[in-house]
Amino acid sequence: MTEATNSATAAPEMLSWDSKSRRVVMLYVPLACFLLILLFPFYWMGVTAFKPNAELYDFAQHNPFWITSPTLDHIKHLLFNTSYPSWLWTTMLVSIAATFLSLFASTLAAYSIQRLRFRGSQYVGLAIYLAYLVPPSILFIPLATMVVQLGLFDTPFALILTYPTFLVPFCTWLLIGYFKSIPYELEECALIDGASRLQILRQITLPLAIPGLISAGIFSFTLSWNEFIYALAFIQSSENKTVPVAILTELVTGDVYQWGALMAGSLLGSLPVAIFYSFFVDYYVSSLTGAVKE
Amino acid sequence: MATVSVRQAKKVFGSTKILHGVDVEIADGEFVVLVGPSGCGKSTLLRMIAGLENISGGEIAIGGRVVNNVPPKDRDIAMVFQNYALYPHMTVRENMAFSMKLAKAPASVMEEEVNRAAKILGLDALLDRYPRQLSGGQRQRVAMGRAIVRHPQVFLFDEPLSNLDAKLRVQMRSEIKELQQRLATTTIYVTHDQIEAMTMADQIVVMNGGRIEQAGAPLALYDRPANLFVAGFIGSPAMNLLPGRIADGGFRTDGGALLPLPPGTSGNAATYGIRPEHLMLADDGVEGTIVIVEPTGSETQVTLRIGETQIIGAFRERVQGRPGDPLRVMPDLSLVHLFGPDGNRLS
Repeated sequence: MTEATNSATAAPEMLSWDSKSRRVVMLYVPLACFLLILLFPFYWMGVTAFKPNAELYDFAQHNPFWITSPTLDHIKHLLFNTSYPSWLWTTMLVSIAATFLSLFASTLAAYSIQRLRFRGSQYVGLAIYLAYLVPPSILFIPLATMVVQLGLFDTPFALILTYPTFLVPFCTWLLIGYFKSIPYELEECALIDGASRLQILRQITLPLAIPGLISAGIFSFTLSWNEFIYALAFIQSSENKTVPVAILTELVTGDVYQWGALMAGSLLGSLPVAIFYSFFVDYYVSSLTGAVKE
Repeated sequence: MATVSVRQAKKVFGSTKILHGVDVEIADGEFVVLVGPSGCGKSTLLRMIAGLENISGGEIAIGGRVVNNVPPKDRDIAMVFQNYALYPHMTVRENMAFSMKLAKAPASVMEEEVNRAAKILGLDALLDRYPRQLSGGQRQRVAMGRAIVRHPQVFLFDEPLSNLDAKLRVQMRSEIKELQQRLATTTIYVTHDQIEAMTMADQIVVMNGGRIEQAGAPLALYDRPANLFVAGFIGSPAMNLLPGRIADGGFRTDGGALLPLPPGTSGNAATYGIRPEHLMLADDGVEGTIVIVEPTGSETQVTLRIGETQIIGAFRERVQGRPGDPLRVMPDLSLVHLFGPDGNRLS
């Protein structure tokens, strides 16, 4: 019996990660490769943004992976010689407005599809999902007509009202999944306690769905922030452009790429998203991995 | 406090019939337990009384008022769910006050009611905790507290003890019964555990397959089960139910055993029922062979083989015997139950 116990405890040790060299080969090396591949573009962006033009265009004299005399010239140029602050402002406005609009609509849609179970609710859910499958590169043509006819062309509203076309289906599906994880008995109990449907949504379901709402919000914000094709098609004047479109159309003059300014623009443009993520990363992870804890 | 009348209540989900016309009369202040195997429709019936399920046919009246089309919040009921359904983001105090808050009760009344319920249930020290910080028994008490503060006409319990461990279940069982006796509120309690039903109920309603098999006082069901289902369901260990026929001056089981009958028995009995605790050790009894002896301390359960028939006896005496040894047992003839070919009791 003791022998059996010993061999039983010894066997997992052989298989475990205790051996150091095994750990290095199986865990740290792949992890390092992964990190390197993921982070290198960001490093390149950062390095380029602070490099003087002399170093930037002369790899023979200068190490391409390092900066010898860092400069803020590109950032100054971006902030004071271009409309970058206004692009940033427009992007921020559009992303936040589109996110809130989409979250509001998706919450109501997801709740009614998941909980009210009206006749045909499944088909409505399916239809919303199918709408998500229509690629924006097809959808922007009819949308352009509507935008022009409504007199919204070249205004931030053109984007605030079109981004929900892909955000609402996405958020609705994410929230349907999250609402599903909230025990239905809570709502039945609230129903007996005397709450109306709207009171249940506001006082029971939404407070419990906050992690889900936050991750839907993060997704929406990021997707809106990075969106390209609608912003390119529906906005014409320089000051109304969003960051992704503007740096490509305004910082590439003819066939000259202003790499320093381009990268500085990308760096500043990705900071808000990164900061946004860092605040909510816990909620974000919990909404993807766990459900409501009672 | 109120009476509850269920008249010919039917429930249909699509093409599946869950309840086939059920009648239950519940007196004011009565503790009624709906019991049956899972899928028998007992929870559905409770949810129909609560207003969480539509009524497909028949009617349900609470306090003399037909409530078929009354929403749950206007039925003046309180319900305790199997998983307690405590709001995880609210403290115990907020959980208990939630219904009063919705009804816009004054803060002083809410405070008073919550404190009163907390005192009854021993929750005073836990009012500012969240449900996740409570043990199973404490959560159960909060769920009851939430029901008490509303002074409902009817309490509804849906298998409230099934998530608790065995010891706590026994303790909470008596707490619920004691609470119900103190408040004298009409209570409907659903369980699949016949011991819970026996110990708590004023009236037990045994359900099976969407129908009521028998309703009555616990001991009436135990002493005079109306049919084979109730006979097998009520009582632990379960009644020995032995198919056979009346012949050779006794009851000849299909397994070949000859069991004595009460004097004056005639008719076409097809099943012989005797509870394990109504078998006695007797030197002039029927001889069988011991298969298993299971002592529990207070009594000894013995599985015997008589012919090909297996029969379980529960004896106060300590049975000294080993598997294979012979043992003579005698049924208490005044407590033998006979059932006809249709499964119904022969009087």
